[in-house]
Amino acid sequence: VKARKPDLVRRHLLQGAGALGALAAGRALSAPVGGTASLGLAELPDGTLAEQTLYALPGKLPLIKKTFRPPNFETPVEYFRTPITPNKAFFVRYHLAGIPQPIKAADWSLSVDGDSAERPLKFTLEQLKKEFQPAQVTAVCQCSGNRRGLFEPHVAGVEWGAGAMGNALWRGVRLKDVLARAGIKSGALEVVMDGADGPAIPKTPDFVKSLPIDVAMTDDVLIAFEMNGQPLPHWNGFPARLIVPGWTGTYWVKHLSSVRVVSAPEKNFWMSTAYRLPRGLFQTPTFKSQLYSPNEPITTMVVNSLVVSLKNGQQIQRGKPIDVRGVAWDRGNGIAKVEVSTDTGSTWKPAKLGKEHGRYGFREFSLSEPARESGSRVIMARATSNSGETQAEHLVFNPAGYHHNVIQRIYVEIV
Amino acid sequence: MRILGAVLLIASASALAQEDKVVLKDAPGRDKAQQCIACHSLDYIPMNSRFLDKAGWTASVNKMINVFGAPIAKEDVEAIATYLAENYGKPVNPK
Repeated sequence: VKARKPDLVRRHLLQGAGALGALAAGRALSAPVGGTASLGLAELPDGTLAEQTLYALPGKLPLIKKTFRPPNFETPVEYFRTPITPNKAFFVRYHLAGIPQPIKAADWSLSVDGDSAERPLKFTLEQLKKEFQPAQVTAVCQCSGNRRGLFEPHVAGVEWGAGAMGNALWRGVRLKDVLARAGIKSGALEVVMDGADGPAIPKTPDFVKSLPIDVAMTDDVLIAFEMNGQPLPHWNGFPARLIVPGWTGTYWVKHLSSVRVVSAPEKNFWMSTAYRLPRGLFQTPTFKSQLYSPNEPITTMVVNSLVVSLKNGQQIQRGKPIDVRGVAWDRGNGIAKVEVSTDTGSTWKPAKLGKEHGRYGFREFSLSEPARESGSRVIMARATSNSGETQAEHLVFNPAGYHHNVIQRIYVEIV
Repeated sequence: MRILGAVLLIASASALAQEDKVVLKDAPGRDKAQQCIACHSLDYIPMNSRFLDKAGWTASVNKMINVFGAPIAKEDVEAIATYLAENYGKPVNPK
């Protein structure tokens, strides 16, 4: 590896220099919006880079537009310099184009029923807020396919870079309290969630997801109305969405309109076919009632981190510090340590961890080291959770492009 | 919640009129590929380029029809997949 390194470094640096020159020359050749090579990660498909732009949805800041309809917008990585992601910068993901226009809170209701519910109930937003104890949790919402665009070989889908995620303080009521009000029969197996969004044409399967009943009944699973102290933005699920800390974003159903407690596994397309992984490929919890085929549903996030303080190809003055800062997160075991290497992984030093914003949230880390000698360096950061899980050296390929947590390799030049 | 779908779709589509600026490459078969707009904006196509070969694009089009119920005639699949492979497909002789 070492013998090849100078060449690789030179190539990266030349690319960096080229990008700088292009900035001066004009925008036609300027660095692409939302590229991931600049993060020391694999690059997005060339077609993705050519197509994506910054675009502001109503009420949002300019985000990286992946697709207009259904709207899929990614958070630029600059917003991960703080542990809480601003609502206006929070990523947007929809599967289907039938998106409700901003719902009036007064018109919204949530139905609770199913064959394993004792009695069907319906709640208005006011009732939910008034009749149940408030609860809150800081948690990372991350799309299962965050960083899908970095897969090699590329796989079809929304070609996300590193910003299909965000961390927020979610406030609402506990799903388990609401379910308890309806009464749960002994044979309850799953809780099925549906939102007010739907397909563009009737033949397309509606986006409906389910959770194991024991997960749905944990304290941290919320029906949230608020995000960072404000009502949920329309694009993030107003007036209410499900919060499933630790689990990937696919379960965080937006514009939540129905929860059903059921005695049989939910087998619609979005459970039986989509959002599945080869069985046993990852050390994540198993969704036991959904094991009827060779694959299994994705469940919780894998441990990951993102360095946001350095760009690939960056020059650092000798004597100045190499500042390695970013955020780390996992499925809720909490971050035990983040180690940083400034020598291509030969040696690792523990970074300083920031305040813990709950075990499901982003954990900041930082390490500063003086750049003593001229030359090229490869900076890496590796998060490890309290359960001992750590980031991947190499991509764990899977056909749908989930769970990318490959360690960044950021080339910098000390000059 | 499908009842509201049709009405709401019109409103949401107009909210993002920007999608009209996504134009597919002018080449034989484009008119048939335009049918994709029934369910999604056309940027899904360039976003997924250029790494799928003809078989990959054929599989994608068939998935849209068979899984998502896209209102596309079976006899159009070949023309659409050919257009996509030629204009948004994996380069045949990558440099």
